Amino acid sequence: MMQNRAKTVLEVEGLRTSFFTRKGEVKAVDGISFYVREGETLGLVGESGCGKTVTGLSLLRLLPEPAGRILDGKILLDGIDLLALSKKEMRAVRGKVISMILQDPMTSLNPVYTVGEQIAEPVRQQQGLRGEKAREAVIAALRLLHIPSPEVRLRDYPFQLSGGMRQRVVGAIAMSCNPRLLIADEPTTALDATIQAQYLALFKEVQRKTNVAIIFITHDFGVVARMCHRVAVMYAGKIVETAPTEVIFRQPWHPYTAALINSVPRLDRKVERLYSIKGQPPSLINLPPGCRFCPRCPKAREICREREPEARQVGSEHFVFCWQVS
Amino acid sequence: MAEVLLEVQDLKKHYPVTRGLLQKTIGTVKAVDGVSFQIERGRTLSLVGESGAGKTTAAKAILLLEQPTAGSILFEGKDICRLPPARLKTEYRPKVQAVQQNPWSSMNPRMRVRDIIAEPLEVNTRWKKKQIDSRVEELLQQVGLMPEWAERYPHEFSGGQGQRIAVARALALNPALIVLDEPVSALDVSIRAQIMNLLKDLQDLYNLSYLVIAHDLATVRFLSHSVAIMYLGRIVEYGEGEELCTNPLHPYTRALISASAMTAQNMEEDNGARIILGGEMPSPVNPPCGCHFHPRCPAATDRCAVEAPAPKLYGTHYVACHLCE
Repeated sequence: MMQNRAKTVLEVEGLRTSFFTRKGEVKAVDGISFYVREGETLGLVGESGCGKTVTGLSLLRLLPEPAGRILDGKILLDGIDLLALSKKEMRAVRGKVISMILQDPMTSLNPVYTVGEQIAEPVRQQQGLRGEKAREAVIAALRLLHIPSPEVRLRDYPFQLSGGMRQRVVGAIAMSCNPRLLIADEPTTALDATIQAQYLALFKEVQRKTNVAIIFITHDFGVVARMCHRVAVMYAGKIVETAPTEVIFRQPWHPYTAALINSVPRLDRKVERLYSIKGQPPSLINLPPGCRFCPRCPKAREICREREPEARQVGSEHFVFCWQVS
Repeated sequence: MAEVLLEVQDLKKHYPVTRGLLQKTIGTVKAVDGVSFQIERGRTLSLVGESGAGKTTAAKAILLLEQPTAGSILFEGKDICRLPPARLKTEYRPKVQAVQQNPWSSMNPRMRVRDIIAEPLEVNTRWKKKQIDSRVEELLQQVGLMPEWAERYPHEFSGGQGQRIAVARALALNPALIVLDEPVSALDVSIRAQIMNLLKDLQDLYNLSYLVIAHDLATVRFLSHSVAIMYLGRIVEYGEGEELCTNPLHPYTRALISASAMTAQNMEEDNGARIILGGEMPSPVNPPCGCHFHPRCPAATDRCAVEAPAPKLYGTHYVACHLCE
């Protein structure tokens, strides 16, 4: 495969992020490791509260302080450990080397500035471009995201644009400095079905043109199937399975992955009852010993309640954290 | 064929667009523009479309939260738009209940769960407190919650549990029809499955009819018996759910199915089979002439830009499209 020879952009090792609250330590991300290569999209999948967004914010070191803290681990971007950088050095990384797209464009755009000014901000800050040069860079970013007549649009305010166009503007801001890594946190959840399809196709094209590595955070397996090369499934702060996309749909090993895929209603076949996982995810303050999924797992055994499972390789780039596999 | 419970005929809801101090009318938004469908007892109809298609307006008109501009809504054979208010209160309102998308915004955060579920009973019946308490307990059990949780406040529950409380409140008066506006789209994947199974079980148990408003076709296929696809205030395709999902005829339905979640083709990347629509839904203030969909339609002809297609029966479902002729 071509991709295997591509350079690794980001490598995360044993990342642990906790929030210290009055009720105790919330282990939002508890020792996860993964990597993304150039031109590759990694899907980070899981239910709300499993630590997907906190992982994204940890990579940018944008956790709400002082409650949120990265306790342990390494975040290597092209070999440089981001956790060892000073605050000032880190500021040069954000928007330039790593950028992020958030779910709701209406809250990530500033309503009182034109979209042109908002795209120009990272261009001026990070690339030091001024005047006509900055304007050109802004127009190039708008073109990359296929925003029609960019020279006119850059004078618009966010409220004058439709939801799909606003999210494209957010995409243009994120791509304006040609980042190495893009973190997209549920960028299509707020969009309509046909607009979502447009946006995903657009991002595939942007990736082909710029070779940017993408971490795509989502809870929607349909989006994963369409966008991602590899998937990492998260549950209660841990990665439970990671595999290439076509493998995970054909042969999920972890009971949680299988349950998640089965509980999604399908358009291509009629089912009488949906598979549903009993119970709810555990509280991150008071985690069960052993495997985190075992209270809800139909296949749990004695060992699952006692010891945490370790990674087992079951195929090319396919790792599972489950006692069933050994 | 089961008995028809609700029949909507040529329903229209237009809103005036006004400007200036004198509120001069400068146009109308045709949010719902001539929509007809029917729901049988014990069956589910889904209205599907993107935001701005008019599906929520149609639902509001059926709940009589909005007075329709034109058309009629027949419930058990009676036109509810012409019923006097006193009869509406006894013959219609208690029989039609609603569940909203977001349980947190549809429940008063300062009321206990017991009071939330009991409210429709207190307003509509003259039951004694004891009777109401035992009904609340029964309802909580029915939706899979513990009766002792009745003393809690809404914020103590998760999203899925919140939606269960909303369903319990809707069930309180033994309604015939429940309008569900995006009932699962605010929930997590695994919780969605639980709520959808619950809705199906309750339907079988009480012979309930559902009107589901949704944008996700896969959810709709699981829940509904018939489906109506809306685009800019009009129904473009309407028929039996299975048939519509496996054999869509309108180009917009095809694009929606193609854009919708997991299908087998998804795995073979974009091999040309996927339809991705360009553009966006136009403004309903100034909709395109002819077929509303023609500016985005991959197969539009000159005729589509001039003449609005009338819905016609093809096989088992109605389609409003010139290309199917």
